[in-house]
Amino acid sequence: MRKFFLLFVVAVALLPILPTPEFWITLANYIGLYAIVALGVVLLTGVGGMISFGQAAFVGLGAYATAYLTTQFGISPWIGLLAGLLITAVAAFALGVITLRLSGHYLPLGTIAWGLSLFFLFGNLEFLGKYDGLNGIPPIKLFGIALDSGREIYFLIWLVVILSIIALQNLLNSRPGRAIRALKGGGMMAEAMGVNTAWMKIVVFVIAALLACVSGWLYAHLQRAVNPTPFGLNAGIEYLFMAVVGGAGYVWGAVLGATLLTLLKDQLQSILPALLGSNGNFEMIVFGIMMVLLLQRASDGLWPYLRQWFPKKPLALAPTAAAALARRARPASGAVVLEVDRVRKEFGGLLAVNDLVFDVCAGEIMGLIGPNGAGKSTMFNLITGVLPLTRGEVRFRDGAGLGRIDGLSARAIAKRGIGRTFQHVRLLAGMSVLENVAIGAHLRGTHGDLAGIFTSILRLNRTEEQRLLFEAKVQLERVGLGALLYEQAGSLALGQQRLLEIARALCCDPTLLLLDEPAAGLRYQEKQALAELLRKLKAEGMSILLVEHDMDFVMNLTDRLVVMEFGTLIAAGLPAEVQQNPAVVEAYLGGID
Amino acid sequence: MDFSIVAILAQDGVTSGAIYALLALALVLVFSVTRVIFIPQGEFVAFGALTLAAMQSNKFPQSATLLVGLGLLTFVVEMVANLRTAQKRRSAPRAIALALAKFVLFPLAIFFLTRSIASPALPLAWQVLLTLAIVIPMGPMVYRLAFQPLAEASTLVLLIVAVGVHFALTGLGLLMFGAEGSRTTPFSDARIEIGALAVTGQSIVIVGVSITLIIALYLYFERTLLGKALRATAVNRLGARLVGIGTTQAGRLAFVLAAAMGALCGVLIAPLTTVYYDSGFLIGLKGFVAAIIGGMSSYPAAAIGAILVGLLESYSSYWASAFKEVIVFTLIIPVLLWRSFTTVQVEEQE
Repeated sequence: MRKFFLLFVVAVALLPILPTPEFWITLANYIGLYAIVALGVVLLTGVGGMISFGQAAFVGLGAYATAYLTTQFGISPWIGLLAGLLITAVAAFALGVITLRLSGHYLPLGTIAWGLSLFFLFGNLEFLGKYDGLNGIPPIKLFGIALDSGREIYFLIWLVVILSIIALQNLLNSRPGRAIRALKGGGMMAEAMGVNTAWMKIVVFVIAALLACVSGWLYAHLQRAVNPTPFGLNAGIEYLFMAVVGGAGYVWGAVLGATLLTLLKDQLQSILPALLGSNGNFEMIVFGIMMVLLLQRASDGLWPYLRQWFPKKPLALAPTAAAALARRARPASGAVVLEVDRVRKEFGGLLAVNDLVFDVCAGEIMGLIGPNGAGKSTMFNLITGVLPLTRGEVRFRDGAGLGRIDGLSARAIAKRGIGRTFQHVRLLAGMSVLENVAIGAHLRGTHGDLAGIFTSILRLNRTEEQRLLFEAKVQLERVGLGALLYEQAGSLALGQQRLLEIARALCCDPTLLLLDEPAAGLRYQEKQALAELLRKLKAEGMSILLVEHDMDFVMNLTDRLVVMEFGTLIAAGLPAEVQQNPAVVEAYLGGID
Repeated sequence: MDFSIVAILAQDGVTSGAIYALLALALVLVFSVTRVIFIPQGEFVAFGALTLAAMQSNKFPQSATLLVGLGLLTFVVEMVANLRTAQKRRSAPRAIALALAKFVLFPLAIFFLTRSIASPALPLAWQVLLTLAIVIPMGPMVYRLAFQPLAEASTLVLLIVAVGVHFALTGLGLLMFGAEGSRTTPFSDARIEIGALAVTGQSIVIVGVSITLIIALYLYFERTLLGKALRATAVNRLGARLVGIGTTQAGRLAFVLAAAMGALCGVLIAPLTTVYYDSGFLIGLKGFVAAIIGGMSSYPAAAIGAILVGLLESYSSYWASAFKEVIVFTLIIPVLLWRSFTTVQVEEQE
């Protein structure tokens, strides 16, 4: 991939030096401008799972900001860029805070609405020249050279493209990057690992908007004039199309899509009018149909077909050694770690958990068993903050005493030291095993929410990255997946995926581990190994709460048991006692009457 | 601004609100049954209006040609689907014959009927019926071609597909009807004087049709088995299929209704305003704003939202006509804000 990248840079640099026709340069300039916006769309849509049709409006903000300042006040275009970035960042942040809270389809609808609003605003404001726009924008000056021809500004445009590609790749291959990649389809898991998904969404949204803004700035100084037309909704839709055609999940997909669509549009604009006998933007028809067919046949875009030709290398490599991460203090063996006090959960008229009382001590393996539908997983979700309680309290060890954790978010609970796995495995199938597990160590990063983004983009995060990945590797080796670090997580067998989830939970450095059916799907030897691992963790002072159906596994492993049926506790105590308890026997095997 | 202006603006607002209400209902219907955010809804409005306008200006409505084209394409897709698996091949002759009748013979019949009788001399009611007969079948055809193969895809993929269909249909609209706008003759020249306010016959027709349709839809969903089946599909696709409701049929039906409401809206607004090939989009989007006010799920809230949008638009066109669209589309931001605090977040599974 590195060789390919250098080849790409050389090709890009040679294009204007060679005697290429002026028209090619013009096309290449537009491809570059579109690619910058499409890169933002890739980050937002392909990686983050959020759709925006309004990117063109951010391009417009960047273009109009610099156009207005340079023509009305004679200010340097570079100040115009700063002003544009500032306005865009504020606007995107405000829109993001409002619309990103919404699930799925509200965001794209919202973006359509404000995309249109901004378009009509540009077209109706007196000081922006209404629909005529602003003319006479000066060229950008770089080191005293005015970039006033297409061939000169070409270098600046493509420099921005290449820097953006590097920046995005750096960002995606980092601690915040893994959290961003978890947004699409793994939001709940990421929250349980301590990721602030709402913040990550806003970050992604603002970065995409800023890329669009830079493209608008370049556009204004290339064209030397702006009017509202190129910032309308149709342009916003075309940016999305570019990303989808190229491959919305891939950084290079943006460049590929921008290139293909720009060239295709250019060809269609000369062919179609001749074919149809009249003028108009008939390329819309072809684009529209192409989009529908593409999504029906190859929804990942065209980049995956090209990528096959390049050798594949894992994105994140685990170091052979790195300084160990700080670990939290362990409570003394035998101290109460978790206290569930008359916890109740009602779903409408259904009583899922009925005033349950139990506790878990440090260095103890506690089993939570019961027939299907007994409310075990609901109980897990109540402890981990995924579901709100109807009544009751959950307390968790906090220093010397116990503190209430009911009512806290899943993120806050993870931060206090509860790691968990899921009954239905939740991992990111397209990421490597190592990267999946590294998400578990999210809270143990050293850079702050905002600083983490900048250090990742600038690649100043190497020490943090090495330590996190090393921790992930250590935990994977511990659960026996050390040989599979760079496999795609989705390609593992179900049993291995469950072990991956345990490794991920261990990366949180928990004092209490909640395991939801960890042995389901494991073979006999694997179960033995898992039991061995859990015993070892227990010896190190870890407390474990475990839901499991395999009775052999539970009876041999746990120190104490709680049995639930229909949301109610029917028995508690040592495994041997519980096994003899008539109520338990009846719950599992049915009454004799 | 005296009372008569207030009253006239209110009348305008309610009239366009009634149109937006119909569109909002269609959008909510399509979304809840198929999870498609039906951006191309507005194109059916433009097609309806411009088809009627073409007849009235003694031109052949090219939309009839599009109908035949779409029909042929649908037929080919159906045929391929029927011949692909051995299991289906057994029942293929019957299915293909049916598809031939539905997708080839019927559009051709409409095409030739239009060719022979469409003219300004035709009574208005017949023109309207013919317009509906041309535009409505496009709804299920679009569903078959674009959306049915992706029935299990995520909302977001369906949304991009919807935008693709919107692009294609808008371009085709330009090809069929040209860039000039058109207007049709009003349904009624009657005026009723109520105090200072002159209520136009056209407004009464629009509001009347809209209310009738809303009541009809209500009865359909509450009282008929087919309507209840549609609602069941909206609530739970898999569950509906398990009890024997064909989700594909439900989707097709939703698109028939959506196309019908779109075309009807087009016919209704054509005398009020000049419609261009791309006007439908903005009109449809205002229906969207209304639908979002209703949370994309509640029919009454969507209807109330539509009237609100209509009124807002009409008053803002008086106060700040240049910023009319800005105001209407910015309205969505506080609505989204309010929605974001009232909706419970549910994570979409991959």
